[in-house]
Amino acid sequence: MRQPIIEFNHFTFKYYSQTDPTLKNIDVTIYQGEKVLILGPSGSGKSTLVHCLNGLAPFSYKGDIEGELLIKGSDTRNLDIFTISRMVGTVLQDTDGQFIGMNVGEDIAFSLENEKVPQHVMKETIQQVAELVELEHHLDHSIHELSGGQKQRVSVGGVMVDEEVEILLFDEPLANLDPATGQYAMELIDRIHEETNKTIIMIEHRLEDALHIDFDRVIVLDEGEVVFNGAPNQLLASHVLNQVHIREPLYLKVLKYSGCMIKPDMGLEHMHTLSIADDCQMKLKQWYTKSKERGREEVSAPVLEVNNLNFRYHQDLVLQNISFSIQQGEMVSIVGKNGAGKSTLSKLICGFETMNSGQIFLEGEDITNQTIFERATHIGFVLQNPNHMISKHMIYDEVALGLVNRGYSEKEIEERVWQTLRVCGLYQFRNWPISALSYGQKKRVTIASILVLEPNVIILDEPTAGQDFRHYTEMMEFLRQLNDNGTTILFITHDMHLMLEYTSRSIVLADGRLIADESAVDVLTNDEIVDKANLKRTSLFDIAVKVGISDPKQFVHHFISYDRKVRARWP
Amino acid sequence: MAVNILGYMERTSPIHKLSGITKLIVFIIWSSIAMLTYDTRVLLVLLIASLVIFQLSKIQLKDISFVLMIILAFLALNNVAIYVFSPQEGVQIYGSSHVIWDGAGRYNLTWEQLFYQINITLKYFVVIPAALLFILTTHPSELAASLNKVGISYKIGIAVSLALRYIPDIQRDFRTIAQVQQTRGIDLSKNEKLTKRLKNVISIMVPLIFSSLDRIEVISNAMELRSFGKHKKRTWYSARPLLKVDTITLIISLVFFIVAMVITFHDGDRFYNPF
Repeated sequence: MRQPIIEFNHFTFKYYSQTDPTLKNIDVTIYQGEKVLILGPSGSGKSTLVHCLNGLAPFSYKGDIEGELLIKGSDTRNLDIFTISRMVGTVLQDTDGQFIGMNVGEDIAFSLENEKVPQHVMKETIQQVAELVELEHHLDHSIHELSGGQKQRVSVGGVMVDEEVEILLFDEPLANLDPATGQYAMELIDRIHEETNKTIIMIEHRLEDALHIDFDRVIVLDEGEVVFNGAPNQLLASHVLNQVHIREPLYLKVLKYSGCMIKPDMGLEHMHTLSIADDCQMKLKQWYTKSKERGREEVSAPVLEVNNLNFRYHQDLVLQNISFSIQQGEMVSIVGKNGAGKSTLSKLICGFETMNSGQIFLEGEDITNQTIFERATHIGFVLQNPNHMISKHMIYDEVALGLVNRGYSEKEIEERVWQTLRVCGLYQFRNWPISALSYGQKKRVTIASILVLEPNVIILDEPTAGQDFRHYTEMMEFLRQLNDNGTTILFITHDMHLMLEYTSRSIVLADGRLIADESAVDVLTNDEIVDKANLKRTSLFDIAVKVGISDPKQFVHHFISYDRKVRARWP
Repeated sequence: MAVNILGYMERTSPIHKLSGITKLIVFIIWSSIAMLTYDTRVLLVLLIASLVIFQLSKIQLKDISFVLMIILAFLALNNVAIYVFSPQEGVQIYGSSHVIWDGAGRYNLTWEQLFYQINITLKYFVVIPAALLFILTTHPSELAASLNKVGISYKIGIAVSLALRYIPDIQRDFRTIAQVQQTRGIDLSKNEKLTKRLKNVISIMVPLIFSSLDRIEVISNAMELRSFGKHKKRTWYSARPLLKVDTITLIISLVFFIVAMVITFHDGDRFYNPF
């Protein structure tokens, strides 16, 4: 008989600071050695669930508990955070902020230090753990020198180091990783599970990527309640994902669009296990031929040109011989490995850093020697973290700031700010304090504050990071609208769907070089580029090949425009 | 890209090789001497020793130019203040008055006052390299371990080491925020009037403070989840055992301390009087 390790019994949690409970009447049992995936849109209570499991709630984030949560048979209310953290090890989402040690070894050692383990024992244990997470050659490296994937492995090591920890809790482990690194991280987690048989609980909303490994069970939360608790194939065959707006694996989405019956026994969890019956294959082909259409292709004047750009940092060549041009009205994605130089490239275009050689033209004019301020009138840059940009208390003041400093009259400022707020769907909030807004709305405020200067080009760093599928769709449809109104948009992303769906063209960087500049579909169906830039081939392509569609790329295009129309009808 | 204001600098030097605790004790002894003595001969010897040790550490002057400028500015301010508030301090101490220049009222300039203020300046110059060296050559984690070893709570030790560790991160944030604000016309360069510049700094501080608060929340959760603060004591991964060279260094500085004290106090006065 399997041993229950976590039991939620009619569990309800309400933060003191809120009037309604965040988790409502949760009844879930998780057994020793299980691998469980927890899904849910923003605000569904996922993070609170994590906090309840690792003890941060109610010990750091205070609140009321009704019902009970038992970990290894003891009620968490009778424990303290230290006891809980010796049973539940948490790998936090923020891969940069959670490090305490300066170098790898020291960070992994942190909990041992706190448990007063003698130094020589500690060094031995750390050697073993480092081997498990494949960092044995990096123990003396400073955390800053590591790649995103390595950093995550340090956090995993820091949790694994305590042998008593039986439950490993991963909070969105894929959030900051490029697709290939993410895949690798999932495989590592799977291997740790095999070798140690610890219970794995993972919160993640990138379902298709998470399902790269097998889960025993998926739990779906929505508005604080469990709306599904069962095997992955049952979930995939149901309508639950659609109802809570979590993105289904694309290969299943396309089957549903074509009218195929999805049954749990079709090997739904992975593309490579999927079996498609003959009648279903027919339907898929019919769906494809029925409504083919070509995307718009307009050629206009180049608005931004980059010529032979080189950039060194200290002695390292960070960017080498980068040349590309962006046409007026395009929407282009910049993709590539973690640390390939994507952000640096954007900063160079905006004049934040000075390049060593090369030229940048804006509408034919050489802007290579212009200052940040001068360039900003034409090129806007939106940082990933809105909190890095917002400096005013009120929305109006924040958006007006750039105009005020450019000396416009009060009347003109008001007109332009209101106009921009309308475009951004923020007009009804114009007199609100920014602190009252949600994360996605704050992000819009930062975009508005750039947009108000009427730049020809906007560059966004990870516009959808940290947002669930619904907010992601809202944000991207908003950007598409701006784009339709004539603003040229460039954005950096790790999200392959995003790049496929919204950009006509992708600029791919790997190790400081531009290795591709072509349509997103061409990039994501070219194995060589996919490999070099740590990307991932889309499963839509695979399914098209599988059923023998002659032009799989066109099939991908077709899916994208169809899917967008469906999502446009979301309430 | 960012100026390193004050943080550990990885080099290979005999000073880096010393254990953190040794450097801490030497630093304490060193600054005690500098604080206690006004004896110019002792101060001069310390100054020369400081410069030699600094040379040994392979820290370049340009690495610390920024901090040095700030300290020198304070030193200048301090000197002016001493003269303004107590122009006859030197005369009182040395018991004689050799006037160089006759000013209004008490404000004449005497050799004694000049000599006294030179001594004050010397004290600064003796302590500054030692303090900087201690911070620049001691790995923050080892620093925490060292502070803990001399009896300071490990929580304070970790707090200090985290603070030092975050300086580069916060500098990076500051830079990014400043750049983004520049795009909106918030200029911190000399092109802007001073009052405007000060106001503009606030526009950068607000986002910086908020993002730092986020950082604090994440790190304190991370620490708590890994048993920080559970016990009264903890062990240290990066603590280094005392080597022979540490013992020798400690003995030398102790001898130095005794000799300096003897020279300083043998005539019952902390001041060396050439007059």
